Amino acid sequence: MAGRALDEVFAAGAEGIRLAGDWTLRGLDAHLPALRVALATVHGDARWSLRAVRRMDSFGALLLWQAWGERWPVALEADEAQRAIIGRIEQSAAHALPTPARSPALDGVALLGAGLLAFAGHLAGFVALLGRLVLDLGHLLHHPRDWPLLEISANLYKVGVRAMPVSALVGFLIGVVLSYLSALQLRTFGADAFIVNILGMGIIRELGPVLVSVLVAGRSGSAMTAQLGVMRVTEEIDALAAMGVSRSLRLVLPKVVALTLAMPLLVLWTSAIALFGGWVSAWVELDIGLHFFLQALPDAVPVANLYIGLAKGAVFGFLIALVACHFGLRVQPDTESLSTHTTASVVAAITVVILVDAVFAIATRSIGLPL
Amino acid sequence: MSAPVLDDPAPAGRDAVVRLEGIVTRFGRNVVHEGLDLSIHAGEIVALVGGSGSGKTTLLRHVIGLTRPAAGGVEVFGEALDAGGAAERLARQRRMGVLFQHGALFSAFSVAQNIAFPLRELGVMSRQEIDRLVALKLEMVEMEAAHALLMPAELSGGMVKRVALARALALEPELLLLDEPTAGLDPDRSASFIRLIRALHRELGLTVVLVTHDLDTLAQMATSVAVLAERRIVSHASLDETLALDHPFVARFFRGLQARRSRSNGAGAG
Ligand SMILES: Nc1ncnc2c1ncn2[C@@H]1O[C@H](COP(=O)(O)OP(=O)(O)O)[C@@H](O)[C@H]1O
Ligand SMILES: [Mg+2]
Repeated sequence: MAGRALDEVFAAGAEGIRLAGDWTLRGLDAHLPALRVALATVHGDARWSLRAVRRMDSFGALLLWQAWGERWPVALEADEAQRAIIGRIEQSAAHALPTPARSPALDGVALLGAGLLAFAGHLAGFVALLGRLVLDLGHLLHHPRDWPLLEISANLYKVGVRAMPVSALVGFLIGVVLSYLSALQLRTFGADAFIVNILGMGIIRELGPVLVSVLVAGRSGSAMTAQLGVMRVTEEIDALAAMGVSRSLRLVLPKVVALTLAMPLLVLWTSAIALFGGWVSAWVELDIGLHFFLQALPDAVPVANLYIGLAKGAVFGFLIALVACHFGLRVQPDTESLSTHTTASVVAAITVVILVDAVFAIATRSIGLPL
Repeated sequence: MSAPVLDDPAPAGRDAVVRLEGIVTRFGRNVVHEGLDLSIHAGEIVALVGGSGSGKTTLLRHVIGLTRPAAGGVEVFGEALDAGGAAERLARQRRMGVLFQHGALFSAFSVAQNIAFPLRELGVMSRQEIDRLVALKLEMVEMEAAHALLMPAELSGGMVKRVALARALALEPELLLLDEPTAGLDPDRSASFIRLIRALHRELGLTVVLVTHDLDTLAQMATSVAVLAERRIVSHASLDETLALDHPFVARFFRGLQARRSRSNGAGAG
């Protein structure tokens, strides 16, 4: 701090310590390091004069109080207002902040237990949400006028139509890459025509549904969680409940229905584009014509694979939406919780999709494989 | 301090802490301010009154620099709001404390962390000092130290206001902007809030701009009253002068206060 001299605010002389100027956060800022040193070296029974201090705030008072060793000095010249400010610092010692409770010895065990309980809580909550949804569907069977059609169609547009460009782009590129890499291998065996089998089976049965699921979980799942979460933060969900509107019927069901309907269509769309991308690459690399490609496809890939792909799409869509809503409704009203739940929602949705995909693979192992 | 008392208007210097000149604000087709002028001098406690939706909050946001008027100049501490480099603008920003209308506490922080945050950002204090000052500010706004660990979502509306005030006071501001500070406080807490601001004003020569609909707060604190109506400041004068004003908004807004005053005057005379 070359700029300003310490003696603007602090001077130690034979007759004691004389303070001057602004003893405020802003006034002391430039002198602070030097001042702390100077205050630390003052003798315990020095005389203090605050006569020349123009302004003092609680930070200035706190510095002094600490320099005095938390008690009033024997000899102090200060006016009423200054004494009042310092007095408030003195009193604040009685109101020390509580420290957060911690139990270090049990931390590991407690953490594990808390984690398990949280997982069980999530499972129970998820099942409860699923049950709620079934009850809602039962209600809607008897009261068809209660179908939230407007919300469903709005959600269909948001999660379906608006997702088409990005899923097309990703599908096309994956198709191109897959086909290119396969073509390199197939050419060495002279098995060019099998490119149709590889692309058809891989994309329609497996890659299409999983690819779209990952995209949709990141895109629409996170959006659903964030939306429900913000509605919790701003008490909109409470307002709905106060009006007697069922949040599961109005918020959860439309999302789940819309994504369950939209996902098979997205899978169809993305798989088609990916196959097209695969053909483009095969045409460039192996000189396979479109006519041959389209003709060979139904022979190489039994139509059952398409149904499996679409069914997977519907199931994955249902799960993604349900997981997203589950996490959205558990958001606590603060921003930190919002962000952790949104992240957790995407991770959980993708994990669940891949687990269920494995189940599908086992359950359908004898269906649709050409022999 | 039971009877409405008016301090001597602005004992301190005549330098304008806030100067607004020819402010024009539009939201789409909605014109909120049109040629609005207002000067606030050091040491004043100005009550900004106006109908709901008349643009009081928007005006405060101009002063803080969160929004920019479509036309007109905003000067704070004698300098244009965007004058100087980033460091100077930051320093100027730190000289004001703001209490937002809805508190605007950081929801991911506890009460204590909310108040400590601006102090930590400053980077010149030790943890003990910060804790000490946080405890002090909490006590100033009459919050129990035991509430320091609560999260904002666990507070009542009035508690949010008080914590937000404590945070606004954390950096020892010279200019305090308060948007409806006593709305949502019980009368007892309002009274102690008024006492606190008056004490700070006395001890530190604080300049305060407060938006309020609460006539008691206004009568006991304000050294002057600025009336925002018809998209501009129609009057900026002491409370007595404002009461004498012949303006439909003033007549409606201060009706209760006028009635009370004439009643107590009548009782005093009788
Ligand atoms: N971000 C915004 N966008 C559009 N209009 C706004 C915005 N903020 C405020 N307004 C409008 O400006 C006017 C003044 O608002 P405000 O300053 O909040 O009023 P108040 O005096 O009640 O604090 C209102 O008509 C409001 O609708
Ligand atoms: Mg407002």
